Order: sequence, then C-alpha cells, then structure tokens
Amino acid sequence: MENFEPTIVAFVCNWCTYTAADLAGTSRLVQSPNVRLIRMMCTGMVDPKYVIKALLSGADAVLVSGCHPGDCHYINGNYKARRRIKLVKEILTQFGIDERRLKLTWIGASDGIEFAETVNELVNEIKELGPCEAREMMVV
Amino acid sequence: MSTTVTLEAKGGDPSSAVRDFLRLLLERGGVSAVLVPRHVNGTGVIMPTLVADPEELAKADPLAPAFPLSAARLTAKLTRGEPGGLLAAVLRPCEIRAFVELVKLNQGSMDGILLIAADCPGAFDNDGWRDFAAGKDPMAITQEFLAEALAGKPDPGGVEMARACLACEHPSTEVADISLGLYGMDVNKAVLGVFNTPKAEGVLSRLGLSEGGDNEARKKALAEVVAAREAYRDNMFAETTEATNSLHKLADYLSACVNCYNCRVACPVCYCRECVFVTDVFDHKPWQYMGWAKARGALRMPPDTVFYHLTRLAHMSTLCVGCGQCSNACPNGVPVMELFRMTAARTQPAFAYEAGRDPDEKPPMSIFREKEFAEMTGGHD
Repeated sequence: MENFEPTIVAFVCNWCTYTAADLAGTSRLVQSPNVRLIRMMCTGMVDPKYVIKALLSGADAVLVSGCHPGDCHYINGNYKARRRIKLVKEILTQFGIDERRLKLTWIGASDGIEFAETVNELVNEIKELGPCEAREMMVV
Repeated sequence: MSTTVTLEAKGGDPSSAVRDFLRLLLERGGVSAVLVPRHVNGTGVIMPTLVADPEELAKADPLAPAFPLSAARLTAKLTRGEPGGLLAAVLRPCEIRAFVELVKLNQGSMDGILLIAADCPGAFDNDGWRDFAAGKDPMAITQEFLAEALAGKPDPGGVEMARACLACEHPSTEVADISLGLYGMDVNKAVLGVFNTPKAEGVLSRLGLSEGGDNEARKKALAEVVAAREAYRDNMFAETTEATNSLHKLADYLSACVNCYNCRVACPVCYCRECVFVTDVFDHKPWQYMGWAKARGALRMPPDTVFYHLTRLAHMSTLCVGCGQCSNACPNGVPVMELFRMTAARTQPAFAYEAGRDPDEKPPMSIFREKEFAEMTGGHD
C-alpha cells in the first residue's frame, strides 16, 4: 500500500485536547490531514459504541484524547474513559484489530505541540500498519 | 463457616427430599413463598413458579434438567421494593450469580430473599429437553437424568446437555444462603443441606432439623467436576478464538444472525431498560443504505449485525455468568454463548473481576481509581 492515507477519527474533549488542537492550528504547526476531529464535551461521554462504529465503518484508527488525570473539567470523566477504552481494547483485539488502532492520550489545553506530534506519530504508525480490515470489505 | 443437615430422600427420590425441605420452609421456616421450577399441568413444560401453599409443591421439580429461561430477572423483580414476606428462591448457581449482578445494579435486592442452589449437574437446551422428556413420565425423569448426569455423563439418555453447562465451572455457588449438595452423595438416600450464611442458619433454627452430614466428600467431588468442565471450556475457547480471530471471520461467524435480539432479551444481565438497538439511533434513511451499498458495492441486510454484538459485549461481557440462555434463544443456531463467554473470559480478569462472585464487588464500569491502567496512555498520567 504505497499511497495509503489512513483515516483517523479522533474524539477529543472540549476543554483540553480540542483547545490544544486549536492551538496547534493557530500556531501553524504542520500536521497530517488524516484526522477527523469530533469535539465532545468530555472523554467520559465517549460511548464504546462510537469507537466500535468508527472502526467498523472504515476508520483505520480511533484516537480518544482528553485532560490529564486530575484536570478533568467534570472532575472524573477521563478516569471513566480510561476504563471504557481498556474494555473496548480487550474486546476488539480478540477479533484481530491491532491494539495500536485505538489510542488514548492526555493532552492539555496548552499542549499544541504535543497534539501535532501525537497526530503525526499516529498517522505514521497506522501507515506502516496498513488499512483496517473493515475498510477493505464492509463488516456488518 | 456453615452448618450441614442431611435431608433424607423418602422413596429413594432426591427431588422429594428437596420438596419436603421446601414444605418445611413454608410451614415452619417463616418463608411466605417459594420460587421453584414446577410442571405446568400436562404440557411437559417446567417454569419457575411462585408457590405459597405447601400442597402445590407436589408438582414442583426443583432439580429438573429443563432450563427455558434464567430466573434471575424474575427474582430481581420479586425483590425490588417492599417485600410481601420472606421469599425462598430455588435457582441454578448461574441464576444466582446473574441475580447478584442485577442487585449490584440496583435492579433487585438481597433483603427478604433466601437463595437456595442445588449442585448443578447441567441442563438441556429447549430442544434437548423436549427430546429427553418425550414419552416419559414427567415426574420420574429428573431422577433418571440425575443418575447419569451426576456420574459425569455429558449426554444423559443419549441427549447432549447444553454446551454452556458442559463448559460451566460453577456447579455450585457460595453466594447461595443454602446449598443443596448432590455431588459426593448417594442422592437416592439423601441430599445434603449446607447453610452458608447467618440468615440461613436463623431459618434453620426454626426448622427442627438435626445437624449432621459430611461436606468434605461433596467438595472433593465438586472439584473433579470443575476440572472436567474447565478442560471442556478451554477447548471451546480455543475453537472459538480460531473461528473469530479476524473481523471477517467474526462476520462469517455471525452471518446467520437476523438481528432479532433474542439473545439480548434472554440475557439475564443485559441491564438497559431500553436497548439502543430498538431506538431509532441506528434506524437510517433509505438514501444512507443506498449510499453504503454504492460505496462498497454490496451491503448485507440487515446491517449492523457485528456492530450490535460488539456493542452488546461492551455492555454485558464484564457481567456474563455463562448461563447459555443466549444460545438457547437464538432461532438460527448462531453459537453466541461461545463468543460471549470467550470475551467475558478476557474482560473480567482485565478488571480483576468475576461476575457473581461477591455481592460487595462493584461492576468494573461503575467505578474507577485515580491511579490505574497507566499503560493505556503509554505510562503517562
């Protein structure tokens, strides 16, 4: 897959990572354009079925990113997200989905550089990994 | 600590020993009603029945190998809110373990209920039960079943028991207030009553039964049963892993699924009051289906089958007790129990959790800690 351009769906929290993404943009940092950002109020409201649906519908990877532990605007949403993402990982990896296709990170509002780096690293990693199985043939 | 009592089997039938014990609970134990499997007159069907009059116990078949539904949800319903007296529920260990999960989710209560579990040699699925019971005296078949099943035969009367039961490593549960011991006993002579909790011992003091009976032989026999079933289970997991270790294999595995959601209805721990799959969340517009068909060339209908099962696993796999009612309810023979149990065997240990083990344990998705699972974010907090 020489010219493979991965599609990455990112669920980011309004208060930290979305702000960081905004900062990365206004700072004119160079980022891969493969990421589709979905702004959530909190990672604690990322339902496992959003992640599953994205991966079954052709996303090559899903990024969930929110505030650092202790910084959650809603006090503990990110702790709940961490358990849920762990659960989804345990389930999906059984069915041949590489665990690198589901990434959880904490990126604070002022970490624009870190956001850009995270995106670029993830895109490169998924380029090496190749397309997700569900992209080649619809899994329903 | 527990207290043991030997319950004599009059007429050489272990079921009658249990019936006599239930009668005693109603007459002297302060129990208002007993929930117990009982024959529905002349139909060959056995259903959980709420019995208040001791005379109505004559048709009760507490050890029958029929398993048309998990009574966990019924039991939860009977304990939600103001109790109308003490309820004694004769349930399979898997039903008790599922009930415990529902109690944790505030859908039932341990107050006002006496949980009674007989050692479970397994049961038939609905088809197996009909085959086994065909042409036999309904009140005599349980004894015939027990003779073979307790000896470790997977196919009493030539009919294979449900796979979920053959793979079940919980033939008994310590969560029950009272265990009725069948393993390690000569059940044609007596059944062992084991009173595990203070609540059960309080009831026992009113019954006028004399203590005595050996629980050690039973424990040894149970350990052997567990070992055999674990071997069967691990083999089943290996087969299922091989059949589903890629998304396409999983789609093939589930290809006969018609999205009827029977497995969800039959599941005792599928806890949502309204399932998202019966709402209009995934009820798409015609042009969307057309669009997907055009984009991929073809779209299997009904769609979202794999998505449904994966979402259900995210909801119930940490609470799955392995009762097998999902497979029993499937109209198209999709081996869903194998899939759900295999996943549960991954997700429960991931959170150091075991469904139904301890009423005081919190379900994994209902709690969190500040410091845990740092590996999820590459060790960064």
